[in-house]
Amino acid sequence: MSMEFLVATGIGWVTACAIYLMLRGRSFPVVLGLTLLGYAVNVFIFAMGRLWSAAPPVLLSDAAVADPLPQALVLTAIVIGFATTGFVIELALRSRHDNRTDHVDGTHRQAERDEAHQDEASIGGHRR
Amino acid sequence: MSFFDHLPVLTVLLPALSAVLLLLLGDQGADVHGGHAHPKLLWARRIGLVSTALGLVLAVLLALGAADGDLRVYRLGAWPAPYGIALVVDRLSASMLLLTSVIALAALWYAAGGWDAHGRYFHAIFQFQLMGLNGAFVTGDLFNLFVFFEVLLIASYVLTVHGQGGPRLRVGLQYVVLNLLASALFLIGVALIYAQTGTLNFADLALRVAQVPAPEAAVLQAAALVLLVVFGFKAAMMPLSLWLPATYAAASAPVAALFAVMTKVGIYAIVRVHGVIFGEGAGDSAFVARDVLLPLALATGVVGVVGVLAARTLPRLVAWLNVASIGTVLAAVGLYSPLAWSAAIFYMLNSSLVIAGLFLLSELVAAQRGDVADRLVPALPVAQPALLGLMLLLASASTAGLPPLPGFIGKLMILEASLSHSWQAGVWSVVLGVGFLTIIGLARAGSILFWQVRPGPQVGLRAGASPKLLAATWTLLLASVAMSVLAAPIERYTRAAAEQLGDRVAYARAVLGEGARPSGTVRPYDGRGARPPMRKEGPE
Repeated sequence: MSMEFLVATGIGWVTACAIYLMLRGRSFPVVLGLTLLGYAVNVFIFAMGRLWSAAPPVLLSDAAVADPLPQALVLTAIVIGFATTGFVIELALRSRHDNRTDHVDGTHRQAERDEAHQDEASIGGHRR
Repeated sequence: MSFFDHLPVLTVLLPALSAVLLLLLGDQGADVHGGHAHPKLLWARRIGLVSTALGLVLAVLLALGAADGDLRVYRLGAWPAPYGIALVVDRLSASMLLLTSVIALAALWYAAGGWDAHGRYFHAIFQFQLMGLNGAFVTGDLFNLFVFFEVLLIASYVLTVHGQGGPRLRVGLQYVVLNLLASALFLIGVALIYAQTGTLNFADLALRVAQVPAPEAAVLQAAALVLLVVFGFKAAMMPLSLWLPATYAAASAPVAALFAVMTKVGIYAIVRVHGVIFGEGAGDSAFVARDVLLPLALATGVVGVVGVLAARTLPRLVAWLNVASIGTVLAAVGLYSPLAWSAAIFYMLNSSLVIAGLFLLSELVAAQRGDVADRLVPALPVAQPALLGLMLLLASASTAGLPPLPGFIGKLMILEASLSHSWQAGVWSVVLGVGFLTIIGLARAGSILFWQVRPGPQVGLRAGASPKLLAATWTLLLASVAMSVLAAPIERYTRAAAEQLGDRVAYARAVLGEGARPSGTVRPYDGRGARPPMRKEGPE
C-alpha cells in the first residue's frame, strides 16, 4: 500500500507542479513545466505495468517477472521527450531573440522593452 | 515474399531514406535571396520530388491492392502480431496515403518554386513529415501511432517556422508547446489503455476491450476520452481548435497546404480508435465518444464558419475553412454508421485537396497585390484577375458544396446518412448553414480581391505568376474536379472502406491470424503469464 501511495502522490505532485509552471506566461517556465510533465508521464507509464519489487524485467527464472512492455514504451517516450524538449528550448531561445520578448503571447512587449532597457542600463547596454 | 508484400513498410521507408539522403547531401546554407540556383538545392529538389512521386506510385498500388478488400498486413521482423509491430493497410489507410501523396507532391512542386530556399533543410524535413504521415496511416498499433505522431509533429514544428520571422516563431512556439502537452496526454491515455487491457495492437484491442467488465471499464473509457482530447486537438475539434488558424496562417503556403493533411490524421485516429475499437461491439465501453463527438463536431463547424466570415486575411480565412470542413467531417464520423463514414471519407478527401489548393492560391493572390498582400482590403488590381478569380471560384464552389463539384456530393452523402438519426435536424442545419455561410465568406473575399479594386496601375507580377506555381495549384484544384468526374467509383470505394472498418472480426483475423482470439496477456498482470525462455547451451 505504501509504495503505491508514494508513487501515485509523487506523480500527482509532479504533474501539479508541471501544470502550474505551464500556466505561466513566459516561455522558460512553460518549457520547465513541459519537462516536468514529461517525467510525470514517464513514471506513470512505468507504473501502469504495476509496481513490482524483486522481479526482473527480463525473463530469467521461474519467478515472477515484471511486465517488460511498459519499460520498452517508457524508453521510447523518454527518447522522444528528450528530442522535443531540446527542440522547444532552441525554439524558445530563437523566439526570445527575434521577438525581443519571451512572453508566450508575444504581448506585453512594452513592459518587456522597458525591462530590457533597464537590463541594458545595468549591464552597460552592449546588446544592440 | 514478393516485392508487393513489402509495400506497406516502403511507404515509411522511402521518405525516411530520402530524408537521410537529403541530410547527407547537406544544405546550401542560409542564403535567402541568392540560393535559387545552387546546385545542392537543385539536387535536393530532384531527390525530394522523385521520392514523393515514387510515394504516389506506392500509394496508387496500395489503393488498387486494397480495392478488392484484402487487408495487407506487414509484420516487422516476422514477429507474431500482438507482440511485434504490425503495419496494416486497409481501404481507409490506402485512400489516406493516396491523399497525402497527391497533396505532398503538389506542395513540394510549389515549394520548389522558391520557398525551399528560404530556410535550411526544407526538403529533408518535408520527407520526414511524409514519413510520419504515412506511418500514422499504416500503423496497426496504438503506441506506434504515438511514435509516428511525434515524427510528423517534430517535422511540422520545423516546417512551421520555415522561413522564420518573428510572428512565425511566436506562433510556432505556442504550437509546439500545445502539441507537447497533447503528446503527454496521448501517453497517459495509451498507458491507461495498456493497464486495463494488456495490449496496444488495434486488432487485439478491438477484441479485448469488449471483455473488460463494467467496473474496470470506467478507467478504460476515461482513457478513450483522454485520447479523444488528443486526437480532437490534432484534428482541431472545438474547443481545441483555436491554435489552428494562427499557426496555419503564419506557416508558408506549401507548408500550410501539407498541414491540411495533418488535421486529417486526427480524424483518421478518431475513426480508428473511437469509431472502431470503442465503437459497436466494444461491450461496456461501446460508443464511449458518441455523446460528445457529434455536438462538438457541429460546434466546430459553426465556429469555423464564423471564423471564415470574420477573417481579415486570406490565409486565415482558408484556415478557418479548414476548421469548418473538419466540423463537417467529424459530424459524419459522429453519426456512427457505415453510410456516414463513407460520406466522411469522401468529403475529407475532397476538402483536403481543395483547402490545400486554396492555401497555395492565397499566396499567389497575395504576391500580385503588392504591399497589401493577403489582407482583405480593397487594393490595386491583380495582374491576372481572370485566372486567379476562376481558380478561387472553382475552389469556393467545391468547399461550399455547390453542384456538380465533389463538395456537394460529399455533403449530400452526409445529409442522406443522417436521415432518421435523432440529431438529424442539427446535422442538416449545420451542414447546410456552413455551406451557405461559406459561400458568403468566400464571395466577400473574392469580391474584395478582384472587384473592389482601387483605380490605378496593376501591381507587377512578382513571384505569383510563375507557371510552375500556377501548375501546382491547378493540380490540386483539378484533382478535386477529377473526384467529381470519378464520383461513382470513389463513392463505391469509400462505402466499401466504411464497411471494412465496421468488420472488426475480419480485421482481427487478418492481423492476428486464424483463430483470432485475444492474446494470452492477462490483466491484472500477475507476472506469471510469461514463460521462462529456453536456456541456451554453450559458453557464457
